[in-house]
Amino acid sequence: MTTSKERRARKAVRTKSAYHLTGIAISIFFLAPFVITLLSSFRHGTEASLPPLPPWPTSGVSIDSYALLDTFGAGIWRHMINSLFVSVATVVLTVAVSLLAGYGFSRYRFPLKNALFVLIIATLMIPFQSILTPLFIILAKLGLNNSLLGLTLVYVTLQLPFSVFMMRNAFDAVPKEIEEAARIDGARDLRLLVRVLLPLVLPGVATVAIFAFLNAWNEFLAALVLLSSNEKYTLPVLMTAVRAGRLGAINWGAVQAGVVVMTIPCLIVFLLLQRYYMRGLMAGAVK
Amino acid sequence: MTGSGSEILLPRRRRRRRSNWRGLVYIAPAMALVIVFFIMPVLFTGWMSLHNWPLMGASRWIGFNNYFRMANDTRFMSALSFTAYYTVIVTIAIFAIAFPLAIFVEKERQFVGAYRTIIFLPVVVGLATASLLWVWLANVDSGFIGPALKALGLVEKSPNLLATFDTAFLTIVVMVVWKIAGFTMIILLTGLQAIPSELTEAARIDGAGRWQRFRHLTLPLMRKTIALALIVSVTGSILAFDQFYIMTAGGPQNKMISVVYYIFNQSFVSFNLGYGAALSIVLLAILVAISIVQLWLLRVGEERP
Repeated sequence: MTTSKERRARKAVRTKSAYHLTGIAISIFFLAPFVITLLSSFRHGTEASLPPLPPWPTSGVSIDSYALLDTFGAGIWRHMINSLFVSVATVVLTVAVSLLAGYGFSRYRFPLKNALFVLIIATLMIPFQSILTPLFIILAKLGLNNSLLGLTLVYVTLQLPFSVFMMRNAFDAVPKEIEEAARIDGARDLRLLVRVLLPLVLPGVATVAIFAFLNAWNEFLAALVLLSSNEKYTLPVLMTAVRAGRLGAINWGAVQAGVVVMTIPCLIVFLLLQRYYMRGLMAGAVK
Repeated sequence: MTGSGSEILLPRRRRRRRSNWRGLVYIAPAMALVIVFFIMPVLFTGWMSLHNWPLMGASRWIGFNNYFRMANDTRFMSALSFTAYYTVIVTIAIFAIAFPLAIFVEKERQFVGAYRTIIFLPVVVGLATASLLWVWLANVDSGFIGPALKALGLVEKSPNLLATFDTAFLTIVVMVVWKIAGFTMIILLTGLQAIPSELTEAARIDGAGRWQRFRHLTLPLMRKTIALALIVSVTGSILAFDQFYIMTAGGPQNKMISVVYYIFNQSFVSFNLGYGAALSIVLLAILVAISIVQLWLLRVGEERP
């Protein structure tokens, strides 16, 4: 004989397992493409054109796909270094520029201050896709056409509205007293900013950095338009050549390897710095 | 969004004279970048749009002819209507998946953090990467979806998903939902969690059913969040390019040319830079109009807390 208490407990267990079964099904849908690609990329070259059924290597693990990927463009290392250079330089410059601007907007009074702040934020309204042609021409005039530095400067500019907004808020949250005390101790200007204030706004810097990295690493259209020679291509642009294939045949092993190479850094950065990523997202959502 | 609120933390008066120029020095690098790589290009786009501007050779002033040309450009019109169609379908699809997901991960319980993270993972990889991944999954011979359906005995032979408009469109929508739903879910989750639990509790005690609570309590209280998620999804979809370029190269019979793709073709394939600039101005106007609607929607949301 079951009491009503037991029945309730059993119902709770049923609801709980139904919840987690749904959760597992959802997780499979969102994870499967990653897992299938990662496993398939280690199959032998002879298996590369076969469907991933099963996805794992059946005739031994091999890096054929990665070796083949290396034969495209100027070699995979070259393009990884290009992508890394652009992403890291974007992070460094975005942090430096938005740190200064955030500090300036938070702590100083100057003519047209609010107008200039709105001007920076308002660029968010304008899609960069609509200004690619003049960017192409302006970069050429500056001698920065087909250059990774030119592309980096464009990426930094695209990051600025969000980053300046984040950094100004970060500085606004730092109590004035800390700064006053540091001033009395003789710290001035840049030294004050770097030695005293930077540690206090570090969470904001982490948020700005992670968004800058992911956006620069993943960006495709601007890189496609602004880079014209093979050896300058970032990974996403290189992959269009892999996707196009050779002599009408696409090597899917190289595609899988390329997807893995492009995905891993994003997932690592996100999983390590998830907290700061979500903070940035919330700041955007609340704003 | 504007600079209000910062005034509270202004430096003291005695520093004011010196601060005048010093503040400008701090923001100078940011301003220089924004002016050179944003303001100037926007103005330059407007200027170029009034010219016949080939890649090589001299440009020629032609007034508003590029804009007149646009009105009779059937390929541009079909790019506009395709983009509108894609935006509507993909936004509905994202919300239809993201809203239930947000409700699914709302309450704190065992493993819910893991579910949130897993659903969010595709958001952090690039759209180009995701497109590349899915173009392989959708491949007829070497992919996963078609061959898996065949292995399960659901179809006679593996379907070529990217060969016809409807199946290619469906594949792209599924890819974008996989990639974006986690983002929309997190935005909606913040809105859900901002609803005081006393309110839902009170409604439950008053005998409101689950659907009634959702319809008359949750939805109205989430207006602002929904508006935000909607705007992000709509603007993102209007600017779609990567997925069409990489997955279908403009699609079966060039039916999948989005507005940005068409501008790309005009400017960087046919090198009609002037005409491309005029098309860009139209795209820019559409996006600015949407941003204004966004500001208005969000303000209306604020007036009724």
